Amino acid sequence: MSDRKVRIAQLSCGAEYSGVQKEIYEAAESVGAEVFFPDIALADVERAVKKFGLDVKSADLKLMIARALALVEGKVEADGVFIGTCFRCAEAAIVRNELRRYIPEHSKLSVVSYSFTERTTAGTLLTRMEALTTIARRRALLAREEQTGITMGIDSGSSTTKAVVMKDNVIVGTGWHPTTEVIKSAESAVADALAMAGLAREDIQAIGTTGYGRFLIGKHFGAQLIQEELTVNSKGAVYLAGHQRGSATVIDIGGMDNKAISVIDGIPGTFTMGGICAGASGRFLEMTAKRLGVDITELGPLAMKGIGKNVPMNSYCIVFGTQSLVNALAAGSSPEDVAAAACHSVAEQVFEQQLQEVDIKEPVIMVGGTSLIEGLVYAMGQLLQTEIVVPHHSQYIGAVGSALLASGFIKGE
Amino acid sequence: MAKVFIYPATSLILSDLVARFGHKPLGAALGIRERIQTAGVDSPPLQITPEDPKRGLKYAAVEVPSGVRGRMAIYGPLIEEADAAIIVTEADLAFGCMGCARTDELILFSLRQSGIPILELEYPRDEEEGIRFVAAVKKFLDGLPKEESNKEGEA
Repeated sequence: MSDRKVRIAQLSCGAEYSGVQKEIYEAAESVGAEVFFPDIALADVERAVKKFGLDVKSADLKLMIARALALVEGKVEADGVFIGTCFRCAEAAIVRNELRRYIPEHSKLSVVSYSFTERTTAGTLLTRMEALTTIARRRALLAREEQTGITMGIDSGSSTTKAVVMKDNVIVGTGWHPTTEVIKSAESAVADALAMAGLAREDIQAIGTTGYGRFLIGKHFGAQLIQEELTVNSKGAVYLAGHQRGSATVIDIGGMDNKAISVIDGIPGTFTMGGICAGASGRFLEMTAKRLGVDITELGPLAMKGIGKNVPMNSYCIVFGTQSLVNALAAGSSPEDVAAAACHSVAEQVFEQQLQEVDIKEPVIMVGGTSLIEGLVYAMGQLLQTEIVVPHHSQYIGAVGSALLASGFIKGE
Repeated sequence: MAKVFIYPATSLILSDLVARFGHKPLGAALGIRERIQTAGVDSPPLQITPEDPKRGLKYAAVEVPSGVRGRMAIYGPLIEEADAAIIVTEADLAFGCMGCARTDELILFSLRQSGIPILELEYPRDEEEGIRFVAAVKKFLDGLPKEESNKEGEA
């Protein structure tokens, strides 16, 4: 791996005036990257805007367009692109979306975009910057299509901790525990995975970690690979779905945030991460199951028996979503219809808030624990008008991706 | 000597014209200089911190993008301090620009609402227009009070 800093080109409007430029610098710095503004001549600005064809009024947005064209035309070199504009600015949102689409279509650069407020911190941007850095730095590792030797992957997520043991390209052990104390939950998941595999800790040749707790558990277990979940989950998804070459779209509706990733040959092209509220996450479905008095594993089959349209529900906000839930039950709606409406609402939020930001290319692969809720998968398929692929072991996606990539760190590999 | 807000606030030519004709230009240089010189602040490149968009709430509501409010935290106090303003519309980017069209709209509106004398000019496109432009600026500035202004902005 090269020690050269990964160079991320920043295309933005309003970052310095929002007081968040320092946070952007810090997020990049913490993952061994440096952010820079592509230099262009003033004369290039009007020419670029005319060529791009988007006649915006704000000069900083014109500058963004000119800088994007300089990157695409190869006049300025970069390893990745960060596009940022002010939250709630319509003009900037149009430019941000169009550039996010334009750059990967006309170059090999990976793009991450974000709309910030003055409250945006380096921590919020960290995983996104880390993904850009990983793609630039570990392209060879991400090209790995087969797991070799005996490796373990641990995914320390916000809701659950998963561990997987793989041997010669086969999953031989799995472990799953709710995340309470991060290290203890990981220890339990690892113990279960090893027991199932019939192996001991010493047998493991390499370990990879991902998820929110990746740094902590990575250090604890002496992991060779500590990597954010955007690249790891993409890799795991196309690996398990048997679609490692070509385009695909990966959707991971997590416990705390969602990821929508447009993947090319197993490597993220464009991706979004986040979601406005937990109303668009697995957490809302957990709450729904609790309110209906069923286990989360029963929510999917229950939803499949119901008709979502019968219940008005909008989980744009988890509080309002819960209100709709309570009102519907109080008005006599059946649990089946309420379950179906909850699944449809979460799918709709992800569709409206995130899937508009990536190019949907088939196959669409759903992963993560929520992919086991068949009502949610069905609702997403209806919205996208496509058949969704849910690979085996989809709930272990981060752990599988980590174990697969970790095999690149076995001595002699 | 009157305090004259210049628009675009980053225009060095306009700032120089105002100073040459004996008045104090109020523009970006003044607002940014104050921040750059504030000790103990580490927020490159302009030393604008997340506190600035919050200060900008005085000039724009919370649903207004943070970049607009951050800019208003710089220009709002200068507009309050101004005795007069010169507005140049349709200016070339090289003449000066403030980056954000929404901020431009809010600044121009705030200036027009303030009731101070305003000279509004279109950016000159040839030499002849340029001569008329400078003459109009001179005439406007000559008409402003020569004595020191006591007006203060609220930072």
